[in-house]
Amino acid sequence: MRIGIDVGGTNTDAVLMDGMSVLAFTKTPTTPNVSDGIVTALKQLIAASNLDVSKIDGVMIGTTHFTNAVVERKHLQPTAVIRLGLPATVCLPPMVDFPDDLRAAINGRYFLAHGGHEFDGREISPFAPDEIRRIASEIKAAGITAIAISSVFSPVNTSFEAQSAAIVRETIPDANITLSSTIGRIGLLERENAAILNACLRDLALRTVAGFKSALAEMQIAAPFYISQNDGTLMSADFASDYPVLTFASGPTNSMRGAAFLSGLKDAIVIDVGGTTTDVGILQRGFPRVAALAVQIGGVRTNFRMPDTLSIGLGGGSLVSADGHRVGPQSVGYEITRKALVFGGDTLTATDIAVAAGYAEVGDTSKVAGLDAALVSAAQDRIEELINNAVDRMKTSAAPMPVIAVGGGSILLKRPIVGASEVVMPPHFAVANAIGAAIAQIGGETDRIFSLAEMSRDQALATAKSEAIDKAVAAGADRDTVEIVEVEEVPLAYLPGNATRIMVKAVGDLKEA
Amino acid sequence: MRLLNERNIEDIALGAAVLGTGGGGDPYIGMLMARQAIRDYGAVELYTLDELDDDDLIVPTAMMGAPTVMVEKMPNGDDIINAFKSVGKYIGKPIRATMSIEAGGLNSVVPIYVAARLRIPLVDCDGMGRAFPELQMVTHTIAGIGATPMAMSDERGNTVLMETISNHWTERFARSVTVDMGAMAMIALYAATVGQLKTAAVLGTISQAERIGQTIRSARVTEEDPVNTVREAVGGYLIFKGKIADVQRRTEGGFARGDAFITGIDDYAGQQLQMSFQNENLIASIDGAPVVTVPDLIATLDIDTGEPITTEGLRYGFRVAIIAMPCAPQWRTPVGIALVGPRYFGYDMDYVPVEERCG
Repeated sequence: MRIGIDVGGTNTDAVLMDGMSVLAFTKTPTTPNVSDGIVTALKQLIAASNLDVSKIDGVMIGTTHFTNAVVERKHLQPTAVIRLGLPATVCLPPMVDFPDDLRAAINGRYFLAHGGHEFDGREISPFAPDEIRRIASEIKAAGITAIAISSVFSPVNTSFEAQSAAIVRETIPDANITLSSTIGRIGLLERENAAILNACLRDLALRTVAGFKSALAEMQIAAPFYISQNDGTLMSADFASDYPVLTFASGPTNSMRGAAFLSGLKDAIVIDVGGTTTDVGILQRGFPRVAALAVQIGGVRTNFRMPDTLSIGLGGGSLVSADGHRVGPQSVGYEITRKALVFGGDTLTATDIAVAAGYAEVGDTSKVAGLDAALVSAAQDRIEELINNAVDRMKTSAAPMPVIAVGGGSILLKRPIVGASEVVMPPHFAVANAIGAAIAQIGGETDRIFSLAEMSRDQALATAKSEAIDKAVAAGADRDTVEIVEVEEVPLAYLPGNATRIMVKAVGDLKEA
Repeated sequence: MRLLNERNIEDIALGAAVLGTGGGGDPYIGMLMARQAIRDYGAVELYTLDELDDDDLIVPTAMMGAPTVMVEKMPNGDDIINAFKSVGKYIGKPIRATMSIEAGGLNSVVPIYVAARLRIPLVDCDGMGRAFPELQMVTHTIAGIGATPMAMSDERGNTVLMETISNHWTERFARSVTVDMGAMAMIALYAATVGQLKTAAVLGTISQAERIGQTIRSARVTEEDPVNTVREAVGGYLIFKGKIADVQRRTEGGFARGDAFITGIDDYAGQQLQMSFQNENLIASIDGAPVVTVPDLIATLDIDTGEPITTEGLRYGFRVAIIAMPCAPQWRTPVGIALVGPRYFGYDMDYVPVEERCG
């Protein structure tokens, strides 16, 4: 049996799953220290299912904690950046495109050093160990332990980053070092940015993962636990405390993967209606369609592949104007249980409209019985319009597609949706996130440039595929179940020898203990 | 003369991506370089040719190479200054200003970096009015201006100076040197006088890019139909709206070639547009009939934001609008069509100006 937990900004959800069936689920408020909320959720879950905790094979946790820390500029530690590539790259130093408040929050300082590679593997300049030693002493003198190291074309050759890390550790034994090559792909600034964000989150990650651990220990759960990452796959808890940045998009990913699982649909539109916003995304072969453009997190450009979701200001807590013609984007948010009319409050919300229209029974239905019918109908029209527009913008073809509605606010969606072949509201839709975490798989990815002068395209593809599979197995996947889920090939213009960049992602089931 | 500030540069970079017609390299790196240089050295003066003396010498500056390398091995900064100064040293006369050789994409903003660092003016013109993949494909070539003396510099301090018998030869040598320098080189070339540029260059293109960028940015705020406002800003035609149904890519001769197939929506339902590209968009055909061809400009815009999408960024499922713009008049001469017409790129069809088919 598996437990899936989603630690959101507002709620901590937990589900207990046996194979493909959901045995129990619960929803409790998230607590500031995270672990208390998890303990409460686990207690409720265990009580609801009479669970013998020794039967748990694994616990999967999804969290938006680290994303929120960056967005809110909170709990970030002072960070130094070492970039290897001199004499290249000088005109755009590290953090050149960071917002000023973020750079100040991490007290960001940087050092440029020799090293780096050309696209074809030649060295830009020789690696200079003494230079790195000198930089390490300066970082030590500044009392900084969070360090990001980047090197030009490190996705092609990682050796300079690794050698630098070893030298830095000689001087600063307790350094928390993030190598850009372990996180990102081609695109120095974006990859380096991701490494810097990761470095400044390391203390928080260690504390948070330790909190997860102690929560499980308190519940006497000895099973291994995993953290879900951006692409809907899992990483071990230790790996997560090294790479918190890999959780940045796990929220929407888990929600969409959970929706796919609950509905049994692999190609569909997912509408996740929360308290304040509605996220619309597209499932392709069971995985979220990813955004093609660079993704900004907390104002920083990174090259993570994030689910391509459209977020609109409509949710269960959205404010409704007196004539019903305006719904959202302002929302009462988590205060809905105090402020909405059906909960005895004085604020007209989208949930009140849904109850008045007879879509759902929530709170005290008598509180909305007296609402003007024209107002209720106008607000329903507006909600319908918002949803139809969002779905239409995300659809990939004119052909009707099934729509999966999830999230606590999906009671708003009772009217037909234009372009939807059907609207599926699966059971347990309110905890799709936690279910997405519980069913997550293990993945591996490779992204590098191959020269087709030295090998055939088929050989290059085969090499990339086997690298991705090996990475998935190394991360804990069962080799027999690993399959290639994504192959992308970008021929590189202006390069000799038909250089091509190949990205491959492999995914498999978690290897059982 | 007017001053370019940080906001102007962001707008130029955004508009340049539209003029890049799907190629020209991501202006982001160039925009950051130019923005940082303005922060460090102050605003850049933008001059029209009329504000300069006919004898003043102008040397364009640019980055040459693989866009994928440019986002990884960024320049030193001194390299492009070296290239610029080397051409001046070789000619033995003072250089009055720099300019963009390619207003589409990355190279629209790279010369702003040079202008800021050397405190020299930038001239409001370029050699294409768009983006093209090869070095000889500039209006200077039509006017008989040679690319050489051309300087190519790398971050190590190497500079290669060349003199050639034709701009085609320059392209050939320059490509080899670029590879040796790491698939990227900083270049200065096509030195010309203001008097020559008055007929040889495409005028006002930096301001045009800025206007387009500003239009896209304000459309985000005002919720106007951004595609239509961009179309108006470029003086072009809307030729299609649809969703990308398929993208086929291949590498030929070191270039990223391919075709995107776009299924029509709204007024274009039931039709299919095929976009053929080689780094840049070259030919747009609807249901098999060519509608716009190179050298006229074909831009793919995100239907909701009006933001340009590069050929590398084309993905299945995107909702796009295709707009077309007339190219600079120099391209419509027999010499211009021989340089950059459909047949040069291997398409056996005549060039028909976009106004005649869509006007």
